[in-house]
Amino acid sequence: MSVKQLHTLSVEDKIFKNLDGSDDWHIKGYEKRGGYKGLDKILKTAPKDIIEQLKASALRGRGGAGFPTGMKWSFMPPVEEKPNYLVVNADESEPGTCKDRDILLYDPHTLVEGIIIGCHSLGAKTCYVYVRGEYIDEADHLQKAIDEAYEAGFLGKNILKTKVDVDIHVHTGAGAYICGEETALLESLEGKKGQPRMKPPFPAGAGLYGCPTTINNVETVAQVPPILKKGVKWWTQFGRPNNHGTKIFSISGAVNKPCNVEAPMSIPLKTLIEEHAGGVIGGWDNLLAVIPGGSSTPMLSAIQADTILMDFDALREVGTGLGTAAVIVMNKETDILAVMTRISRFYKHESCGQCTPCREGVGWVWRMMERLSHGDGEIEELDQLFKVTKKVEGHTICAFADGAMWPVQGVLKHFRPLFEAEINKAKKKSKQNNTAKSA
Amino acid sequence: MTAQENTLLKQSDENLALRGARVQIVDDEKTYTWPKKLDKDIKGIIAKYPSGRQASAVISLLKLAQKTFDGWLPVGAMNLVADTLDMPPVRVYEVASFYDMFFTQPVGKHVVRVCTNVSCMVRGCYKVLSEIEDELGVKAGETTSDGMVTVQEFECLGSCCEAPMMMIDDHYHGNLTPDKARDIVKRVKEGDVPTEASK
Ligand code: FES
Repeated sequence: MSVKQLHTLSVEDKIFKNLDGSDDWHIKGYEKRGGYKGLDKILKTAPKDIIEQLKASALRGRGGAGFPTGMKWSFMPPVEEKPNYLVVNADESEPGTCKDRDILLYDPHTLVEGIIIGCHSLGAKTCYVYVRGEYIDEADHLQKAIDEAYEAGFLGKNILKTKVDVDIHVHTGAGAYICGEETALLESLEGKKGQPRMKPPFPAGAGLYGCPTTINNVETVAQVPPILKKGVKWWTQFGRPNNHGTKIFSISGAVNKPCNVEAPMSIPLKTLIEEHAGGVIGGWDNLLAVIPGGSSTPMLSAIQADTILMDFDALREVGTGLGTAAVIVMNKETDILAVMTRISRFYKHESCGQCTPCREGVGWVWRMMERLSHGDGEIEELDQLFKVTKKVEGHTICAFADGAMWPVQGVLKHFRPLFEAEINKAKKKSKQNNTAKSA
Repeated sequence: MTAQENTLLKQSDENLALRGARVQIVDDEKTYTWPKKLDKDIKGIIAKYPSGRQASAVISLLKLAQKTFDGWLPVGAMNLVADTLDMPPVRVYEVASFYDMFFTQPVGKHVVRVCTNVSCMVRGCYKVLSEIEDELGVKAGETTSDGMVTVQEFECLGSCCEAPMMMIDDHYHGNLTPDKARDIVKRVKEGDVPTEASK
């Protein structure tokens, strides 16, 4: 492969230079690290040229779906009577994912600068950042960063004399995973229950308050300024084609040093875990399975984990996904059936209840998982469980139900023998009890 | 609420995948008004949104109400929010029952939310939770008899690299061990609540 295989980034190449919180997160610190430099030049660039550059960079959304950002931005219509909006999704709730939290806490100005450029590119004068309700300290840092940016003249009217106006408002949620789905987020932002909308119309046509709206993840928006400043060439040196750039990976679970780390895309999973997260607890041979992109993505077996590259396409090829790049490591001490049952319970708890297959299905699947993981049932029921997950998947308004079914399909694919062993064990036990009784 | 009612509610919740379906709203027959000193805050919150779109402020005002009136939302408090935002009250009840951070029943003075989702589970959160339950003498979902602390089992708090995790009132506490968690909760029980996050 001709692609340069980089495993770590130099400080200059990192977008989130203060992700570990070792330096000052206020505006002074950010400017010292090179922030807001060259902003006026970008604000004088025509939006369509900015969007062209983003298209050339092949930046793909960092919130889970991996949709090309340049293309998404090109869907926004020119401003007519209705205003255009930019909405930033900081409702980070996908289990395993905690990258946006560290951006908000330790490098919030990267997001603020991204929003300023985003608004200019999208013809929006107002941006709402939807921060999950539990992130109270995080929302507070963001608000302070916004206040500092107003004071320095980077926000408000006629920014740096470029005639660009941008206002940012922080809007906080109150605890509901589904609000990370972009149209549920819009409903919630409008003051309703967070229930996803039917599409079409897509948000670029009718989004917030019925106006053209673009919704992007925190990390995506924050990555835009460096791409424009340093150029497409710089960005595309990282990662394989169509998967370019740098990416924050959240590595949690059974590793020695759980962390958020910004690394080049397409980094081998094994390198990521060993070089950045201190390795698997008990050594690489003690690895059981890895969830590669947050709880919705099907797991990888230890064998797959040995060679897989961490990018959108490589993971899709093996039937899973990069998702939010939240790597959850499980070693041989992990009770994997219990963990996966817990994940099912999570989805049951979070279903918004709007579509029947999901409302009924996630609860049903969770109860089956609960029972079968304890060996209470028949082996054929494993097939039935799998079939039901296939019937729920793809039959709902949003992708929540798919995300609830994939992990179950994953555990059935890789660990069916564990279920079977539990069932057989329980059967043997009840037989023994019966013989004991009749004797 | 008695312990028995509490378990009943929990059980019915176990079988329903419909957010808010189990929530009962409580009318304590009091009338609620905003303290004068909040006027400016309320105006500021509403001003974030375009005119006519003040319903967008509902979550923020419910939070403010919850904070102001004993940590939970009786019908009167929700009606006040409805009134302030010129919304039909039922729309406000819907929102209050949909989101996990709102309480429509009386609740302890301090809330301890223990994450028991995947990353925290792999790192031993259930040991942390049982240590906390043991220290407080209640189970998750219950409140201590003196009304000081409510413990909740919570979904992923989005701080998985600091697992196991908990949130006490407004702040996160990470990298917990059962001992560390017990120490923090013991202090909370005595009213000494941490005022900033720890990791
Ligand atoms: S799983 Fe506990 S904070 Fe994410």
